[in-house]
Amino acid sequence: MAIEVRIPTILRTHTGGNKTVEGSGATLSALVDDLDSKHPGLKNRLVTEEGKLHRFVNVYVNDEDVRFTGALDTQVKDGDSVTILPAVAGG
Amino acid sequence: MLRIDRATYDAIVAHAREDHPDEACGVVAGPEGSDRPERFIPMLNAARSPTFYEFDSGDLLRLYRDMDDRDEVPVVIYHSHTATEAHPSRTDIGLAAEPEAHYVLVSTREHGPQTGLVGDDVEFRSFRIVDGEVSEEEVEVVESYLFGHTPTTVVYD
Repeated sequence: MAIEVRIPTILRTHTGGNKTVEGSGATLSALVDDLDSKHPGLKNRLVTEEGKLHRFVNVYVNDEDVRFTGALDTQVKDGDSVTILPAVAGG
Repeated sequence: MLRIDRATYDAIVAHAREDHPDEACGVVAGPEGSDRPERFIPMLNAARSPTFYEFDSGDLLRLYRDMDDRDEVPVVIYHSHTATEAHPSRTDIGLAAEPEAHYVLVSTREHGPQTGLVGDDVEFRSFRIVDGEVSEEEVEVVESYLFGHTPTTVVYD
């Protein structure tokens, strides 16, 4: 078992075009590190230099926006489904 | 070039007028790979602002789930500018995350009913935004996808 992660179109350049990838970790932060080791550059697209999630990237664990569940500290486990979606926003 | 049917074009303009002076936003989904904007989906502007728009995060997830289930992609992503021209702003360019979408900008700055201006122009323009580069494209409005083409034979009886 692993954690399934859905990758949006714009980040598929990091995953060889794959729409979903698998990773592991006990927290979202650890999962992102694991993903970055297999798909270099992915972390930079999700996490700022200060170590926070980018304001305009939405991450959901089992349909729950992680902004409301502890952001990168959100706990994850095998069998969870993670979805990454860039915000649709502008001025 | 963006080809869009009359009903969808009108629906986007109507949504922009309705939400003026706040920015209106939404998507027209279509089958993956078709480049045909077929399913009009007006979205709520969670920012409720005259200078910013953002899909609500829960709505965004439902929208993408729904499109995935139907093998659709966001063919058009539209929003309105209510005081400036229908051209992507710096923020629009910085946040554009769908390189394959047509970014439609509608400007309601001169539309009649709410602004009280004499003219009633609503600008409607379409752009590609890829890696921070904006290119404007032509917009062709067809009466409908089914009947938008010149028939090769017309038979009268």
